[in-house]
Amino acid sequence: MTRGAIKNSLFPLLGVAVILVVWQLYTDVFAISRIVLPSPLDIFDACAANWDALLRQSWPTFSESVLGFLLAVVVGIPFAVCVASSRILNLTLYPILIATQSIPKVAIAPIILVWFGLGMQSKLVIAFLVAFFPIVVDTAAGIRATPPALLELARSLRASPLQIFLKIQFPAALPFIFAGAKVAVTLAVIGAVIGEFVGSVSGLGNLLLSANSQLDSALAWAALVWLSALGILLFAAVVVAERIVMPWSDAGHR
Amino acid sequence: MGAATREDICSGALTPRASVPFGHFKDVHQAFAQSGRAPLVAIENITFDLQAGHLVTLLGPSGCGKTTFLKIVGGLLSASSGTIQINGRDVQEPQPDFGVVFQQANLMPWRTVLANVLFPMEILRRADAEAVRAAKQMLTLVGLAGFEHAYPSQLSGGMQQRVALCRALIHKPKLLLMDEPFGALDELTRMEMQDLLLDIRRKTGATVMFVTHSISEAVYISDAIVVFSRRPAVVADYINVDLPYPRASEMRYLPAFTALEHRAGRALGITR
Repeated sequence: MTRGAIKNSLFPLLGVAVILVVWQLYTDVFAISRIVLPSPLDIFDACAANWDALLRQSWPTFSESVLGFLLAVVVGIPFAVCVASSRILNLTLYPILIATQSIPKVAIAPIILVWFGLGMQSKLVIAFLVAFFPIVVDTAAGIRATPPALLELARSLRASPLQIFLKIQFPAALPFIFAGAKVAVTLAVIGAVIGEFVGSVSGLGNLLLSANSQLDSALAWAALVWLSALGILLFAAVVVAERIVMPWSDAGHR
Repeated sequence: MGAATREDICSGALTPRASVPFGHFKDVHQAFAQSGRAPLVAIENITFDLQAGHLVTLLGPSGCGKTTFLKIVGGLLSASSGTIQINGRDVQEPQPDFGVVFQQANLMPWRTVLANVLFPMEILRRADAEAVRAAKQMLTLVGLAGFEHAYPSQLSGGMQQRVALCRALIHKPKLLLMDEPFGALDELTRMEMQDLLLDIRRKTGATVMFVTHSISEAVYISDAIVVFSRRPAVVADYINVDLPYPRASEMRYLPAFTALEHRAGRALGITR
C-alpha cells in the first residue's frame, strides 16, 4: 500500500470514529435505554460475548448470499448475451424481466419459502432473484456498448460470430459486468436476510430477529455490524476479482 | 523520377502483367436510401485505376464520400452500382487479405500492444511463433520495441496509431486502406507518421489507399492523388505526384511541391 492509499483510508476511519464517539456520548449523557439504542461499547461487548454464535450464524448467511450471487452470474450473463444479441429474444424477454423486477422481493419471499422450505435453498433463491437483475442489465448494456469500430475491424477480417463474441464483445463488456456484480453482491446479502426474516432456522437474520424479540438490542446491533462486514467483505472480493480479471483497467494510472 | 526507383519501391508487389492495373474502379455510384425523401447520392461516379505498389490518396472536403468509397473498396459497404476490382477479382464482401487503419487507433484496451498487433492473425488462425516474431519485428520498425507488453492506455495517441499500423500490416495485406489515420494527431506527430508510412512502404512494397483532407499530406506521401469533388462525389482531378524518393521534409518547400499543392487546391475549388 502506498502512502497515498493509507492517507485516503484514514479519512473514512476518522469519520467512523467521530460518529462512534458522538453516539457513545449521546447515550451516556442522555442516559438512553439500552433497549432503545445500545451504545457502541454495549454493541462491542455483545460482539465479544457472542462471537461464537455470530460466527456460526454468519456461515449460512454467507453461503446463501455467495451461492445466490454466483447463480445469478452463471445464469444472468448467458441470459444477457442472448437478450443483447437477438432482437426477437430482446423483445420477448426484456419486458418480462422488467415486470418481474418491479415485484417487491419481500412480497414474494413467503411464496418462495412455501416452494423451497425453511432451509438454505429458499434464501439462496431469493438472493439469486435480487442479484440477477443488475447482472443482466449491466451485461446487456456492456455488450451493446461494444465500440462499433472494433466490430468493423472484426468484420473486415471476416471473423466468425463466436470469435467476435469471445475476442471483442465479452471483454468489452467486462467493466459493465463487474459494475453489475458489485451491486448484485451487496443485494444478494439483503436477499438472504429477507429470506431469513420471513422464515428460517439459522443465519444472521434469524439471530437478529430472535435477539430483537428478547429485547437484546445490543446483540441485534451486533448482528447488524456483522452483516455489514459481510457485505463489505463480499464487495471487496468482487473488486479483487475485477483487478485480477482486468489488469488493464488501472494500467493507465500507474 | 527514374523508372528504376519506382521498381525498387514496388519490388515483389508488381503483378506479372503490368498492363492490368492492380485496382480497377469504374463508374462507382453510391446512394443511401432516406425514409420519405429522395435517396442521398454520396458518390455520383468514380473511375480510376490503382497501380500495384502505389500509394494513392483520396483527397476531398469533409463529408464528400471519400470514406464511403474506401469502405466500398474494402468490401465493408456494397456500392449501388459500378465495378470494383482488386487483383482482377470483384470486391463484394470484406477481404481478409486487406488491412485497415481508421482515424482512431481503435486498439482493444484489454490487450497488450503485442496481442493487439496479433489480433488479425488470431482471427485468421495463424497466430503462431512465426507471427509473434513478425509482430515484434514490426513493432521495432515503428519504434515501439520494449512496449510489447504495455497496455494501450499507457501509450500516447501517436504510439497507439503506430500499433494500429502494425496490426493492419501483420498479415501482409495485398492492399492497405487508411481512413484519415493521422487526422487525430498533432502536426509534428503527423509529419513523423508520414515519414514512418513512407519508410514502411519502402520496406514492404505495400499498395496503399489513403483518405485525407490535408493537401500537403496528400502531396507528400502519394504517388497519385484522386481529388474528390463535394457531394455527390466525382473525380475532380487525378494528379500524378512525380516527386522523387526518398521523400524528405525539405521537399515541402520545393516549387514542384507547392505547384502540386496549388493544383490540388484548384481542383478542390479553394484556390484559383
